[in-house]
Amino acid sequence: MAREIALRDALREGMSEEMRRDENVFLMGEEVAEYNGAYKVSKGMLDEFGERRVIDTPISELGFAGIGVGAAMNGLRPIIEFMTWNFAVLAFDQIVNNAAKTLSQSAGEFSCPIVFRGPSGAAGQLAQQHSQTFESWMANTPGLKVISCIDPYDMKGLIKSAIRDNDPVCMMESEIMYGHKGEVPEEEYLVPIGVAAVRRQGTDVTLVSYNKQVLTCLEAAKELEKEGISAEVIDLRTIRPMDHYTILESVKKTNRIVVVDEAWPFAGISAEVAYNVQKFAFDYLDAPVIRVNSADTSLPYAEPFVNAYLPNPEKIIKAVKEVTYMKA
Amino acid sequence: MAQTAEKAKSRKKKGATSFDKETYLKWYETMLRIRRFEERTLMAYGQQKVRGFCHVYIGQEAIAAGMVSAIRPEDAIATAYRQHGIAISRGISTKEAMAELFGKATGVVKGKGGSMHFFSREHRFFGGNGIVGAQIPIGTGIAFAEKYKGTDNLCVTMFGDGAARQGALYESFNMAMTWKLPVLYICENNQYAMGTSVERTSNVKDLYKIGSAFDMPSEAVDGMRPEEVHDALTRAAEHIRAGNGPYYLEIKTYRYKGHSVSDPAKYRTKEELQEYKDQDPVKMTEAKILEDKIATKEEIDAIKDAIKKEIEEAVKFAEESPLPDASELYTDNYLQEDYPFLT
Repeated sequence: MAREIALRDALREGMSEEMRRDENVFLMGEEVAEYNGAYKVSKGMLDEFGERRVIDTPISELGFAGIGVGAAMNGLRPIIEFMTWNFAVLAFDQIVNNAAKTLSQSAGEFSCPIVFRGPSGAAGQLAQQHSQTFESWMANTPGLKVISCIDPYDMKGLIKSAIRDNDPVCMMESEIMYGHKGEVPEEEYLVPIGVAAVRRQGTDVTLVSYNKQVLTCLEAAKELEKEGISAEVIDLRTIRPMDHYTILESVKKTNRIVVVDEAWPFAGISAEVAYNVQKFAFDYLDAPVIRVNSADTSLPYAEPFVNAYLPNPEKIIKAVKEVTYMKA
Repeated sequence: MAQTAEKAKSRKKKGATSFDKETYLKWYETMLRIRRFEERTLMAYGQQKVRGFCHVYIGQEAIAAGMVSAIRPEDAIATAYRQHGIAISRGISTKEAMAELFGKATGVVKGKGGSMHFFSREHRFFGGNGIVGAQIPIGTGIAFAEKYKGTDNLCVTMFGDGAARQGALYESFNMAMTWKLPVLYICENNQYAMGTSVERTSNVKDLYKIGSAFDMPSEAVDGMRPEEVHDALTRAAEHIRAGNGPYYLEIKTYRYKGHSVSDPAKYRTKEELQEYKDQDPVKMTEAKILEDKIATKEEIDAIKDAIKKEIEEAVKFAEESPLPDASELYTDNYLQEDYPFLT
């Protein structure tokens, strides 16, 4: 039986099911226990699992990320929640230098089965330090896996896969999408890491995106439909490893691609997608790969800056018209 | 140092003979094995058989020795990159250790870690961390897992005087005390963070005092004496195993060589180095064993011969072992067997 639930509930159900299944799974982070989560993702979990397994930390991102790494090396399966990935920057030493390297530098003696999760991306007028995306930062590092998605069904299945995964996984959510609803069955299921989803079938152009910008793409696709352009929308869901196969299959059909990436343009996910498309589908392309990113700037506070900075349907439609050689 | 030296003196009076022959010989053997291993490492480095960053433990051996007798094999260890001595004292063989330094497939981590990164699940040795202070939260997390699982094991989390000024220490000390984690923090204060002395970078010179900000039981220990190290660790381990939470020891020691093999250590005086060499733990322990007739000269010589032979065999093993195959580049990055690497 499917019901409509919000992203925050889907994440909580996924974590709770895994905690019931495996005694070694625990949740640690700022405000996750008594406050029920800064965004209420972990609401009720303290009541069910107790303070041994749902643990409030001091504001010490580096410290509790490292405690997670040590606990993972010593047999547990921690879920480390960051209130936002912007704060996880303080913990990058533990994520990049330790979690990602444990298996390699110990030649397999120790592994690090850990999930680092929290919201990533802009969420309104939060200004420079609270509006960044971190998918490309983390996905650059071998040893890590990176998930970025806001679909409730997928995220419930993905967080369960991430907790069971034996490698360290970074999960990127979204502050403003925790209330986003979707159909989720009562029955247990998993969604595999490393597989993209086609959100909308189309024949004229491929839009590739992830996280909340998938919704912007779907909005743009609706508008384009009115003008007779059929857009296919792909949600990457997992950033690393990336499902290049699904992207290439779509491009072979549509011959045109626009990458919509909330991250900055320089050396990011959009560049990675574009590289692979030109390398493996060059003969299928009828136009250069175009990307729509956030502006190559920091995001200032005032309202006009936000729209100028972020991808939006208008920018995507303009890009689609460019690759289809239509007048804007 | 004054306070520690005084303490050492009073302790010597109290309990200098309270250790049995087996313990003394184990300490001596442990220290001599490390000393000879490290001397041979430096030679091999000079011959360019060992490459990369390489930090030797010469001068600090009494800490490894005292730890061998004071804690249990089930206890975990996390330490920094000056780790050969501690790793060997925990049971990693000199063969596997030397082969690792030579970058051979038979090394303790198959030639993947080198001098800074030894790991052994069997010996509960969690590295070997190359980022100054990063092992402090990790060791705290290892201890967290022991408490979570309900064991009475502890995690010895070791770091240098330089790492004592990382924020990771502050964060870890606070959480370890708040959650009463079974972690024994050891600052091996060899007085120099690379070329910078504690005096020049720390307003508080006695680093054990850092613990007082967290109400963590803390003491200074003379690190040139295995007796002192053993006693302090035993007290600390008892406190921790009783469920009282962490304990912090600042063990004052000295490295005779530079920070790494490429450091000529011009920032300190010959006199200062000599002061420590005069209380060399290997020599002093040997002298005590003979003076107090704990064992005979023949017994000591037998240990010396056995270790000499062991180290030569370790070098031979390392030299004759194969290099890892380049295809191993793609193993041990992910446990997922079919991970789709970009090529």
